[in-house]
Amino acid sequence: MRLLSRKVMRNTHGQDSSYFLGWEEYEKNRYDHVNNPKGIIQMGLAENQLSFDLLESWLAKNPDAAGFRRNGQFIFRELALFQDYHGLPDFKKALVDFMAEIRGNKVSFDPNRVVLTAGATSANETLMFCLAEAGDAFLLPTPYYPGFDRDLKWRTGVEIVPIQCTSSNGFRITESALEEAYRLAHKRNLRVKGVLVTNPSNPLGTTMSLDELNLLLDFITEKEIHLISDEIYSGTVFSSPGFVSIMEIMKDRKLENSEVFNRVHIVYSLSKDLGLPGFRVGAIYSNDNMVVDAATKMSSFGLVSSQTQYLLSEMLSDKKFTKNYILENHKRLKQRQRMLISGLEKAAVSCLKSNAGLFCWVDMRRLLSSDTFEAEMELWKRIVYEVKLNISPGSSCHCTEPGWFRVCFANMSEDTLKVAMRRLKVFVESISPIRSQSNHQALKNTRRRWSLTNWVFRLSFHDDRELEER
Amino acid sequence: MAANLRNQNQLLSKMAIGDGHGENSSYFDGWKAYDKYPYHPEERPDGVIQMGLAENQLCFDLIQDWLMKNPEASICSPDGVLNFKDTAIFSDYHGLPEFREAIAKFMGKVRGDRVKFDPDRIVMSGGATGAQETIAFCLADPGDAFLVPTPYYPGFDRVLTWRTGVQLVPVFCASSNNFKITKSALEAAYGKAQELNIRVKGLLITNPSNPLGTILDRETLKEIVRFINEKNIHLVCDEIYAATVFTNQHNFVSVSEVIEEDTERNRDLIHIVYSLSKDMGLPGFRVGIVYSYNDAVVNCARKMSSFGLVSSQTQHLIAAMLSDDEFVDRFIAKSKELLDKRRKFFTEGLEQVKIDCLNGNASLFKRMDFRRLLKDQSFEAEMELLRVIINEIKLNVSPSSFFHCSEPGWFRVCIANMDDSTMEVDLLRITYFMLQNRYRNKVVKVPTKKQRQQSSLKRSLSRRKMEDFM
Repeated sequence: MRLLSRKVMRNTHGQDSSYFLGWEEYEKNRYDHVNNPKGIIQMGLAENQLSFDLLESWLAKNPDAAGFRRNGQFIFRELALFQDYHGLPDFKKALVDFMAEIRGNKVSFDPNRVVLTAGATSANETLMFCLAEAGDAFLLPTPYYPGFDRDLKWRTGVEIVPIQCTSSNGFRITESALEEAYRLAHKRNLRVKGVLVTNPSNPLGTTMSLDELNLLLDFITEKEIHLISDEIYSGTVFSSPGFVSIMEIMKDRKLENSEVFNRVHIVYSLSKDLGLPGFRVGAIYSNDNMVVDAATKMSSFGLVSSQTQYLLSEMLSDKKFTKNYILENHKRLKQRQRMLISGLEKAAVSCLKSNAGLFCWVDMRRLLSSDTFEAEMELWKRIVYEVKLNISPGSSCHCTEPGWFRVCFANMSEDTLKVAMRRLKVFVESISPIRSQSNHQALKNTRRRWSLTNWVFRLSFHDDRELEER
Repeated sequence: MAANLRNQNQLLSKMAIGDGHGENSSYFDGWKAYDKYPYHPEERPDGVIQMGLAENQLCFDLIQDWLMKNPEASICSPDGVLNFKDTAIFSDYHGLPEFREAIAKFMGKVRGDRVKFDPDRIVMSGGATGAQETIAFCLADPGDAFLVPTPYYPGFDRVLTWRTGVQLVPVFCASSNNFKITKSALEAAYGKAQELNIRVKGLLITNPSNPLGTILDRETLKEIVRFINEKNIHLVCDEIYAATVFTNQHNFVSVSEVIEEDTERNRDLIHIVYSLSKDMGLPGFRVGIVYSYNDAVVNCARKMSSFGLVSSQTQHLIAAMLSDDEFVDRFIAKSKELLDKRRKFFTEGLEQVKIDCLNGNASLFKRMDFRRLLKDQSFEAEMELLRVIINEIKLNVSPSSFFHCSEPGWFRVCIANMDDSTMEVDLLRITYFMLQNRYRNKVVKVPTKKQRQQSSLKRSLSRRKMEDFM
């Protein structure tokens, strides 16, 4: 008899994918500007390390929250015993206020509809358990966060069917792609229970357009299925167009009393916006009472530590702090993204125009030896082992087109980023050394072909100085 | 409206709309009564006293004292903030190395340092709840079963089965031999499962036992290990109450000690579930541990721990606290001393009115023998008595039926989740109840007023108050 469960034997935890292999290489040979200057620079980790000083300064001014105290009184005992899966009421209130603030207060959230979970990882899995049976499917636009293969499928038995998006229109979701995915699911005898989108997108770094949001709403209304909007990056939207949450669209379309209102669920977390992935703070927000109820009970399997709930309830209740943090965080992310783009351009590499997230979606198609995923893997391995940059290949994100890579910019210092860009430039020059007319012509042709897109396509051939000044 | 609701129901999973969470069981009636009108010495002296919650509140002073002397243990305090950033971004599912080392050391100390635990086998989870579910996911597939000796913690019905699809097959134990787990009971349960074509994947024991409050002797534990080896099934030992053993003559024997001695047995079948919720009284911090001797299970459980990691803020605190050897030794000793004192106070109080308890030597509760108070030996009679206890005596206690005990009339009462004066009120209420007319003839000896006054129990309440209860 097989001793262990099939879950142990299978690898649908997805951890054998290249997304994680790059991490393993990085762990063996980490860059350090003093001790290991030739090591691998981690550019595959979507962390926000730019605003810790703001958090630390708040902590310095608020010793009570740090020390299990409220108004000078020691509340350690109360916190140590608090394991109510409804969560600390003050924390949920502070959290929904923060979520509303991120959305420009154009929508408000009811704290009683929040379910706290151990990170967005747990939130997404819990929603799958609540909304689907083993063997059902959720449609996800590609490219998508590789972790979904584990979070959504592994223990739940739910399937993912991709909504194929392409660079022809900046990877936007189209009606035909949605319908095609739905048809494909049916062909595979899978019952579609919903669509899951990440907005802003990981790995694209773009916010969803109004057209896409309306299209999704219409689609799920027609098909009577769910929509999960993972808005984990909602606080990282640093330039226009701003962030529009699905909640806002429903409010504008006056759908609060409609059936579809109960089928839209939001996932959130403080891992990206506040840069606190270690604290494991995730949340599900749903307008459906049964979902809130079931998810609340399921959250027993991964509650947020009361110590952490208390600290963050104090922090997020400080409106002066949150207002300043959101603005300053945006500023820094924007500046750092520009630095990455500038560095890429010096290396004659372009990326998708983006306004959010902690990464850019970089176009290295012209560096491939052939238009295949094998060539992409070849290129990726060279970048990891020779250039010593851990970036994430598009195939790990289920991208339909080879040659795209996700490159993170907010998890390292400015100097490290400059080192990384210098290395990339040297590498690109070595494999496409002739910055000649032919290269320029090829790019011009490509530009004509993709003229409908809204890429950043400035190349460094003509005016390096201009780029540095940006 | 009803049609809409039905339609809505089909939209959600069976898991979400079913009763698998177990919370509709009347186990929770007492809890609901408590939530509605909880006891408070001044504001609600006639409120319901919570004796259904197995919490350890006796040693908070020690922990608070340590926290005040060790401010650097909090990464948010001025002394600890240097660690803030690194800890806040640390979401590696291996856990902080110092956390794992501290936990391994603590687990060893709790077992009298008779056995050493390997920090690399320590896997985090969202409390013991998360740990148990994770183990079930790793060892069993939907439809498989675990054998569980009765009576057992009712939470297992949800935690082990709800999302995993695993079933529980009871191993019936009887009061005639103090609910000992016998080989014949194990064989009978296993045989029954075979008859029903249910594949048994393992045996789950809780040692010290909840709700019995007893520990397994070495011979029984060895017998159990022999049994599971014979059948080639797993043994999961929930040792969550390991540090609550309060009598020196009966040292707690962990399964880890048995397999150290008995090297012929297959270690790949042995797994321990642990937590700091009971031993340290920190349920709010959600520190659950899976410890397995099976490498594949460690690897898989570790990946699954992404769904319920311990907050790094909490890991840091616990690592600092449990690395302090002097504090840990003092804590373990003091905790046992206070539990022993509380147990003695309670059982001697019960003896005054001729109520026996099961002879236990561990845990945070006692099991009162109310069998002779039942109008007949049925579970209906037990529920009737329970309603009287909740509604008239205003105590939330837990009857046999909730623990799948084969015999009605046993009531588990938690004795470590309140202060001394509330404990006194408890005893007074129970005493008053026993001395009431309808049960008077069932009590063999009613202490006279003089005897009560001369009782060795030094109750600090005035006689006047006692008269009030009469």
